[in-house]
Amino acid sequence: MKNSSLSNKHPLDELIRTDRIPHIWCPGCGVGTVFSSFLIALRESGIDLKNTVVVSGIGCSGRAAGYVKLDSFHTTHGRAIPFATGIKLANPDLNVIVFSGDGDLFAIGGNHFIHAARRNVDLTVICVNNFTYGMTGGQAAATTPSMAKTTTTPKGNSESPFNLPHLAYASGATYVARWTMLHARDLTEAIKEAILKRGFSFIEALAPCPTGYGRRNKEQPLQTLKIYQEKAIIKNGANPAEADIDFNKGIILGKFIDIKKPTWLDTYNSIYRPQDNSDIIDAA
Amino acid sequence: MRLWRVPFDTNEIEVSKGIIHIIEDRCKGCGFCIEFCPREVLEFSDNFNIKGYYPPKVVKPDACVNCHYCEIICPEFAIYSIEDINHAVNSKNQKQDIN
Ligand code: SF4
Ligand code: SF4
Ligand code: SF4
Repeated sequence: MKNSSLSNKHPLDELIRTDRIPHIWCPGCGVGTVFSSFLIALRESGIDLKNTVVVSGIGCSGRAAGYVKLDSFHTTHGRAIPFATGIKLANPDLNVIVFSGDGDLFAIGGNHFIHAARRNVDLTVICVNNFTYGMTGGQAAATTPSMAKTTTTPKGNSESPFNLPHLAYASGATYVARWTMLHARDLTEAIKEAILKRGFSFIEALAPCPTGYGRRNKEQPLQTLKIYQEKAIIKNGANPAEADIDFNKGIILGKFIDIKKPTWLDTYNSIYRPQDNSDIIDAA
Repeated sequence: MRLWRVPFDTNEIEVSKGIIHIIEDRCKGCGFCIEFCPREVLEFSDNFNIKGYYPPKVVKPDACVNCHYCEIICPEFAIYSIEDINHAVNSKNQKQDIN
């Protein structure tokens, strides 16, 4: 009926560096679930995995680049998107996917994100949002909800968090979705769609960080998942402007944006390499 | 069955059966698979693994519908289901189980 030996082969083992498992993520951490959804989406998307590069920045989520058994790049803090952009421009045939955390992508790397979205670089960006800087001890981040307790906001956060889907849309992203790791199936489908989407695609995946965030806000990992279950409002096509994170009124999840526009390379090539135009797929 | 989002065609879809495999020594005991399995197939084991965590054990093997949810939500690649090809159960035998 069940077999508990380590010779047991998990269906995702071929996509992970099993010699590095167990990974560093704490018990009850949600990053692993987002990572597993991502690997399933990669497999189901049918893209050529030999022609795929995974890029991460620094932080707990940033470790993903070291666990995926594909060409991958663990970059400097905040710079996953510039590295990914460079990879894409150097070899536009590659599928380039960024997997990183909210601190890396939206605090230190915030400018890179908005400009890659503005240019519509053909990248997929998956952001694990756990509302905090987990790896460095749970400090307040640009995504920490108002009034949440962190090591740097012991009486509650006086700032307002970014609304990431709204930021992505306003900056120019062509695909924007948000799910939680509890909605693992919808999350997997969204990541798959985003991978297959031509243009700048953005997925926000909410995930618990019990060690850095949960402890201070009196949330065990299972409680956080139950909050996701209770507070989720699934609303595909919702206006990203209304998708701010406020657990008192509910968290809007779904696919918000899926539009077509020419990528930066399409436009660049049509202006500067008109002789090669025959190669360019018309994305408009 | 405990569903928190019930599909409209619950009564029409074919129900498959799964066999659960647990790689106990990878588990970190988060309980996600146990808590969110829609068929309550799993419970914490009484014995701890090599790292000192209590992995899940299968308590209702016949109830598993091979939905793979435990497999996706497990952050540790420690549990997966495989279709039991010898056990094609169709929706008719299952209907009374639903809800
Ligand atoms: S510190 Fe937080 S985000 Fe980092 S591995 Fe632990 S739970 Fe996960
Ligand atoms: S496959 Fe589905 S029904 Fe079977 S144990 Fe896993 S979550 Fe439960
Ligand atoms: S989800 Fe995975 S790590 Fe968590 S209890 Fe189940 S098997 Fe163990």
